Amino acid sequence: MKKLGLVVLMFLLLFSVVGCSSPAKTTDGAKDKIIKIASVTPLSGSQAAVGESIKNGAQMALEERVEEFKELGFELQFAPQDDQADPKVGVAVAQKLIVDNDLMAVVGHWNSGVAIPSSEVYAKGNLAMVSPANTANDVTDRGLPNVNRICARDDAQGPAAADYAFNEMNSKTIFIVQDKTTYGQGVADEFKKQYESIGGKVLGYEGITPGESDFSAVLEKIRASKAEAVYFGGIYPEGSLILKQLKEKEIDVKFIGPDGMDSAEVIKIAGDAAIGISYSSLAADISGTPEGKAFVDKYMKLFNKAPEAYSSYGYDAMNVTLNGVLTAIKDNDGNKPTREQIVTAVRATNGFKGLATNVSFNKIGDNTEANIYILSFKEAKYPAEVTKQLPAKGYLKE
Amino acid sequence: MEQMTGMIPQLLIDGLTLGFVYAIVALGYTMVYGILEFINFAHSEIFMVGAFAGTEVLLFMQNAGYLGNIPAPLALLIAITVAMIFSGALGVFIERIAYKPVRSAPKLVAFISAIGVSFFLQDAVRLVEGLWKNAFYLSTPTLFTTSIKISDTLKMPVKVVYIMSIAIVIMLSLHLFVNKHKWGKAMRAVAQDRNTASLMSINVNLVISLTFLIGAGLGGAAGTLFSVQYALIHPYVGFIIGMKAFTAAVFGGIGNIPGAMLGGILLGLLEIFGAGFLGILTNGVFGAEYKDVFAFAILIIILIFKPSGLLGKTVGEKV
Repeated sequence: MKKLGLVVLMFLLLFSVVGCSSPAKTTDGAKDKIIKIASVTPLSGSQAAVGESIKNGAQMALEERVEEFKELGFELQFAPQDDQADPKVGVAVAQKLIVDNDLMAVVGHWNSGVAIPSSEVYAKGNLAMVSPANTANDVTDRGLPNVNRICARDDAQGPAAADYAFNEMNSKTIFIVQDKTTYGQGVADEFKKQYESIGGKVLGYEGITPGESDFSAVLEKIRASKAEAVYFGGIYPEGSLILKQLKEKEIDVKFIGPDGMDSAEVIKIAGDAAIGISYSSLAADISGTPEGKAFVDKYMKLFNKAPEAYSSYGYDAMNVTLNGVLTAIKDNDGNKPTREQIVTAVRATNGFKGLATNVSFNKIGDNTEANIYILSFKEAKYPAEVTKQLPAKGYLKE
Repeated sequence: MEQMTGMIPQLLIDGLTLGFVYAIVALGYTMVYGILEFINFAHSEIFMVGAFAGTEVLLFMQNAGYLGNIPAPLALLIAITVAMIFSGALGVFIERIAYKPVRSAPKLVAFISAIGVSFFLQDAVRLVEGLWKNAFYLSTPTLFTTSIKISDTLKMPVKVVYIMSIAIVIMLSLHLFVNKHKWGKAMRAVAQDRNTASLMSINVNLVISLTFLIGAGLGGAAGTLFSVQYALIHPYVGFIIGMKAFTAAVFGGIGNIPGAMLGGILLGLLEIFGAGFLGILTNGVFGAEYKDVFAFAILIIILIFKPSGLLGKTVGEKV
């Protein structure tokens, strides 16, 4: 028995050594011309609906330009990844991506709490990252050369919501609830700073844990505080439950949230309880313009469901990335560029006219042409109605 | 201060509702421990499967249009019955394939087996729901929308009335069964001394299966009640609830059925009151998000002084 065990062990060791060795550099010329762009968003779990909508938008943009790259001699491939909205998984996926030699850039993530640690890994591998949706200040504040975002920041989104709550919603007192993630707490704190500075009174500041279902105690505190409105710093699974439970408890309070509330799932989960709520977002319904309508129709045909607000941002982020790759190819005399060249080319993006937003990156990778939208659900249907639109530049600290 | 006292009645109702859910789940843990001195870690997933079964029944009724025609309490009872049958069968099945074969092995083997079943069930349900419904975060259809006004600050949702009544009925029935019925007596006998019970012509294997059946059935009922109360379930919802319910069972005296009920209710109240008052009591240092820390800290302190739990008896080593 012992001898058999020893033989088995030897075989296992042999196979693991063989399996671990990286594939030899291919001499085949065609293989050298593969360019892979990855998208990393939550494709499973409570936030899968939004993650998938971003991935689909990016996929559409990539597939439209396969021909363009083929004429230059390159095979463009899409590599969607699932980060499960979990920082640990995001980092593991990032490690996997940087060792793939054909992987040239990343479109992602959705959660700032996942983007921040994953981008550290990308920086080590010199992978350019263009984010369609990460709003936490720290994403670009760390000064990493490879991290860019086409959406606005939380220190613009939070104050914009605070101004809206105080003025347009006419709520002079507010109760703040946040989900203690990098994103949720960050945007709630930005909201609080601005709200207090313009004269609003914060009557309560409480935290909830994502993944929990019972918020009754916090809601009772909201009722007892008699605040006119609630600001929820967090994402739609918890936000929708809070809305639903607020209605069940018959607590009469206005509600405003950040772009984490921007999803059709809010209507699915909260139903009528979502009518009348407002939220700030970085993306707006584009079906008003003819190009936007064409996008929506094509998306529906390809994926059999309606796009969400961030689908067009995934689309634009992919196009910004691909333009960067193109510039790098041209600068490299038509050869396959290095990742560093792509990082520089993407950061130099200026005056890009996209479907959902125009893009010009400043020196830390923020989009100086980003917009903030305030939307409200006038009826239990998604998408919500845009009630205010303002350029994020007003809040951008240069 | 007035703000605090104003919240108390409402927090009491919420705490009791949550407490009843914990209590029913804790019953499953405590019954199995009483009979086999074995913690059934898979019970949290049986709770979750029960939640999914009940929700799927309600969703089916909603899609087929029945939900508008039959009275909501009846729909709830149907969902609970189906969930109980399904979870009960699952419990017996798990016992047969995962626990019975290792009954003569060291206890640790059965524990590992239970943990394995737990992980397996989580992802199995996720896979099945993902393939079947294309989503494993399910929203339960709303059954009750009205509420009863008791006073100016106290509104009792009708939903809570039904959940609490059903929970009380379940716990009372179990209490009567265990104490008055012949098979309940057999269960208590096997819990006290398995070998002697078998000498008294009690079919021990049958009693064990019956315990798992009832315990798992209760877990399934609790799952459906949970899903109706909070309206959003997912395959990992059992983990946290199960852990808290198990702790509640230990808190009340593991192996002791009234103890499990008491422990569950107390834990629910501690959690909700902790969430409500922690911010005020600590002047903003600890917010509502520390409710679990608060509840478990109290549990630990009480267990230090009374390790056998509130209603448990310190039993000498079972030779």
